[in-house]
Amino acid sequence: MSGSKSLHDRIARTVREIPRSGIRDFFDIVSTRKDVISLGIGEPDFVTPWHIRDAAARALDRGQTSYTSNMGLLSLRRSISRYVKQKSGVHYSPEDEVLITVGVSEGLDLAVRALVEPGDEVLYHEPSYVSYNPIVQFAYGVPVAVPTRKENGFRLTREELEAAVTPKSKLLLLNYPNNPTGAALSQQEVEDVAAFAIAHDLIVLTDEIYDELTYERDHFSIISVPGMRERTIYLHGFSKAWAMTGWRMGFTCAPPELTEAMMKIHQYTMLCAPILSQEAAREALEHCAEDVAHMKQEYMQRRNFMRASFKQMGIDCVEPAGAFYAFVDVSRFGLSAHQFALDLLEAENVAVVPGTAFGSCGEGFIRCSYATSMDRITLAMERMARFVKTL
Amino acid sequence: MSELLELLRKKGRETPENLAKMLGVSEADVVRELEQLEADGIIRAYQAVVNEERLDHSLVTTVIEVKVTPESEGGFDRIAQRISQFPEVESLFLMSGTFDLLVFIRGRTMHEAARFVSEKLSTMAGVTSTATHFMMKTYKLNGIEMQSGEDDERLQISP
Repeated sequence: MSGSKSLHDRIARTVREIPRSGIRDFFDIVSTRKDVISLGIGEPDFVTPWHIRDAAARALDRGQTSYTSNMGLLSLRRSISRYVKQKSGVHYSPEDEVLITVGVSEGLDLAVRALVEPGDEVLYHEPSYVSYNPIVQFAYGVPVAVPTRKENGFRLTREELEAAVTPKSKLLLLNYPNNPTGAALSQQEVEDVAAFAIAHDLIVLTDEIYDELTYERDHFSIISVPGMRERTIYLHGFSKAWAMTGWRMGFTCAPPELTEAMMKIHQYTMLCAPILSQEAAREALEHCAEDVAHMKQEYMQRRNFMRASFKQMGIDCVEPAGAFYAFVDVSRFGLSAHQFALDLLEAENVAVVPGTAFGSCGEGFIRCSYATSMDRITLAMERMARFVKTL
Repeated sequence: MSELLELLRKKGRETPENLAKMLGVSEADVVRELEQLEADGIIRAYQAVVNEERLDHSLVTTVIEVKVTPESEGGFDRIAQRISQFPEVESLFLMSGTFDLLVFIRGRTMHEAARFVSEKLSTMAGVTSTATHFMMKTYKLNGIEMQSGEDDERLQISP
């Protein structure tokens, strides 16, 4: 038929124009090789603790295979409310302020779509998780990257925010402890960011998925700052601290108006999160503090080991205060981050992710995940030490 | 229990240098603590966890429940010490419950184990009865899964 458009041209322009994730490009290269030691994995190497798996199996035995309320199981929302209160001192009503989502990814998408109108600007700090920018674009918003710097340990400062804010700014997206940099904010730094958000009347979306995994000091959430609960959507989930990535369980806590708005989208697009995962998550919150502590101790040992190894190699890594990533400065070798990662893979079969996959200000850095066994990390560090001697 | 000791339970062969890196302390600190743990008799030995079933000529492990008459002086200790002298005895525990001592022995064949029980153990003064069990398969030993491989099915690169 003449005059018909190609399939490519029929794809919505917003979608067409967003590039593929740099992570996927690198994944394609790595997956052509065998016996790679990968420090490129952004999920725990632990299997979900046994009693969580067992709780899901028992729910399956009982025949719990239905939908749940759109908001999620009330019993789980109650557990979440208690958990958040205990961590942050902030109470959210399980009835109308807690929403169960399919991972933090869905929660973030709901939050952005519920709030962003075409042309609204969304501030987010880079280097950042790969989804933030595209999710804003899918909602016809304008993502505004606020570069953070190594000199500040990649901790966001008020000055950096002031330089980026405009009258069109509507949201501020925060992610500390941070993927990919491992940076975490102190209470004072969180309060500075909060003061900025209040001064410019912004709504804050705070992705605190890594908040259990801090190694220098306890996490301090922005929702604990007076005046912030009213203007914040708190996003959290079970993937990292409970090693539950495949269960796809997240939740949001926010004032009723915002929760209701997100619920509307969730109800029509997702209906509800899977019931078995919800049952598993309830068990995770009620009985798994010890498992989390055990995994955290192991991450901490690996982190210490990795940091000491880089130091021996004469390589700088930003204080890995949280999550399970070391963001390592390889700029002195004179290669781009991408080239460094490619050459390392070629020479030693060790995979890391170039910092540029997380935004242009990640140039000169590589992300090394320590969510992999100590044996592999030990081997990877030996190989990397050998590699950098050749540069 | 110290974090160092916990690490060593899993990785007995790790070098002091690597242990120090994991714990975020100096190598000298680790060496000092190790020497102290050994001197205090807390660390008795460093051993390999062996998957017997992978060996061509694997050894048979036998578990024996033993009832004994405690002696008026020394209780169970003296007879337990006598039993532990046998080189076949690998582990020996005093238990609560329906029997007193639990003995683990290793031998080349079941026959050898049976002979140990009938000729050496049952005939000892103080031993009143035994119940012998042969271990058939090891699923987990000293915290190590023996059957599963180390498969990592995660994507090699993920955000």
